[in-house]
Amino acid sequence: MSFWFYLLSALVSVCAALYFLAPAGRRTGGGALFAGRVLRKCLWVFAVFIGITLVGFFVIHLAPGSPTDLQTTMNPLADIGAQQRLAAFYGLDRPLHEQYALWLKRLLQLDFGNSMSSDSRPVMEKIAERLPLTLWINVITLFFTLVLSIPIGVYAAKRRGGLFDKATTLFVFLGFAMPGFWLSLLLMVKFSIELQWLPLSGLVSVDHAGLSAPGKALDIAKHLALPVFVSTFGSLAGMSRFMRASMLDVLRSDFILTARAKGLPERLVLFRHALANALLPLITILGLSVPGLIGGSVILEYIFSLPGMGQLFYSAVMARDYPLIMGNLVLGAVLTLAGNLLADVAYGLADPRIRSGFAANTNSR
Amino acid sequence: MSVRKLRYFLETHGLLIFGLLLVSCMALAAVCAPWLAGYDPLRIDPDAILLPPCLAHPLGTDALGRDVFSRMLYGARVSLQVGLVSVGISISIGTGVGLTAGWFRGLADECLMRFVDIMLCFPTFFLILAVIAFLEPSLLNIMIVIGLTSWMGTARLVRAETLSLREREFILAARLSGAKTARILLRHILPNAAAPVLVSATLGVGGAILTESGLSFLGIGVQYPNPSWGNILIEGKETLGVAWWLSLFPGLAILCAVLGYNLLGDGLRDLLDRRSR
Repeated sequence: MSFWFYLLSALVSVCAALYFLAPAGRRTGGGALFAGRVLRKCLWVFAVFIGITLVGFFVIHLAPGSPTDLQTTMNPLADIGAQQRLAAFYGLDRPLHEQYALWLKRLLQLDFGNSMSSDSRPVMEKIAERLPLTLWINVITLFFTLVLSIPIGVYAAKRRGGLFDKATTLFVFLGFAMPGFWLSLLLMVKFSIELQWLPLSGLVSVDHAGLSAPGKALDIAKHLALPVFVSTFGSLAGMSRFMRASMLDVLRSDFILTARAKGLPERLVLFRHALANALLPLITILGLSVPGLIGGSVILEYIFSLPGMGQLFYSAVMARDYPLIMGNLVLGAVLTLAGNLLADVAYGLADPRIRSGFAANTNSR
Repeated sequence: MSVRKLRYFLETHGLLIFGLLLVSCMALAAVCAPWLAGYDPLRIDPDAILLPPCLAHPLGTDALGRDVFSRMLYGARVSLQVGLVSVGISISIGTGVGLTAGWFRGLADECLMRFVDIMLCFPTFFLILAVIAFLEPSLLNIMIVIGLTSWMGTARLVRAETLSLREREFILAARLSGAKTARILLRHILPNAAAPVLVSATLGVGGAILTESGLSFLGIGVQYPNPSWGNILIEGKETLGVAWWLSLFPGLAILCAVLGYNLLGDGLRDLLDRRSR
């Protein structure tokens, strides 16, 4: 968490410095323009971040029901006074804007407050122990998705309308419409119950502690096989569809015609000239897919009983644990924005037209 | 001639027809549920617990002896309602925001589009989950919340259309003849931007059905005795490996419904959009 914070502020200050240190005459062209773009982007990221916390905070606090309800109305021994004392203890009796200002002030010191559950541990600590699993699942998923969707997209675009293209189109429609939780149930029945190849749920087996190091790794890999498969299947459809569209777009351009006209083998045309350019828009899509991945982790971790961030959020929501919910929302927003920002910077670095400012009007957002 | 034309249409738009077929099947099941269902979807029958599919119960019964086929018919009602109402909400908001931003431009445009940016960066499912769990999880709340969190795409689409349409001659002509802004927006711009909106609405129905079934599967969607495809799957999860029919059929229904709307939306795009690939 603090890592992202420092990375973000470092980026902002570097870009600001780049922009303002450039001689006035050069600000309009070349590198300064790129720096200006990045600076604008950083300001945008900051504004969006504040916006997300604002919307999230007010929606959650204004929704009926309060975290003190569960402890008081369910408890016949608690009276109205107890409820008020509890609300005062958590600062919930103050005006909403004051609560938000206080929360934001604490956030700037990287303090998310303490959980309202009975263990009242710091929110940061709770998230920190859950986050790595969710991140790992998503990184592995992303890896498999890319490895599979790029060749699928390339070959579907190569013979547009051919058998392979039609088959992948069918697959894409199925992938878009398939509810992930249903696929999980079917796979669990097949591989965990009937064939007994893979464990049903959880992250480790009961005898995990007694296993050797490679045994431990294998154990975790077996537990993660189904979740990763389901998650990959979910994002594969969109990604391969996008890759295909991007390839088709590039294959129409003049430089492909030139490459073919000068007699390059088709393999080189496809993989050197076309693919390199078709991959560029993929960077943006990767950045945009983060919210979906985070949201999807809730259901996935619920089904497979994985102790990740999604499960933490689910239980926080069920317990109306305000600080923990807000912590999760903020983290989700930070991950999304970081993905967005990185994608934008990476796009700028990868595409010389944007880096040099020649295509300043092509908006990659 | 007309037969050949029909054949050509079927060949080029076969997927559209198939989608339409799936969608109408679902609509039919939802509308005619009381007549098609052989049993009361809530009736508990201790003599028919966890029966596999048979003649009396075509899709089997659940752990309380309720008929799965009847429950799924009523579940189709839930899905259809959620899909249509929440998309109605999101399309209304999206169109309103898009028209305003595209027509007035300037500060209004800047503010509205930045708000769209914020909403797009929201981990939306987190927000939906939080709000639904806080409010009483009822069908109405689900529809409203899904509608309120899915209008951004439409807004961007309508804004882009408005920006290009407002420069056209017929809009100038309308202004010259003294039409009020509201009339220009509703009578001249909106009908011309209707095609992409219709496409995104159709695709949105599929998305809303998926979200609702996901929420119901998490137990915060449609509440317990009332059937929905998502919460029949909960029972499927609880009887995993014992009663395959409880997890197979509801999921298949969700798949077909969403597939139907997606195919329909995609087909409509090919049909309506002259610039399409």
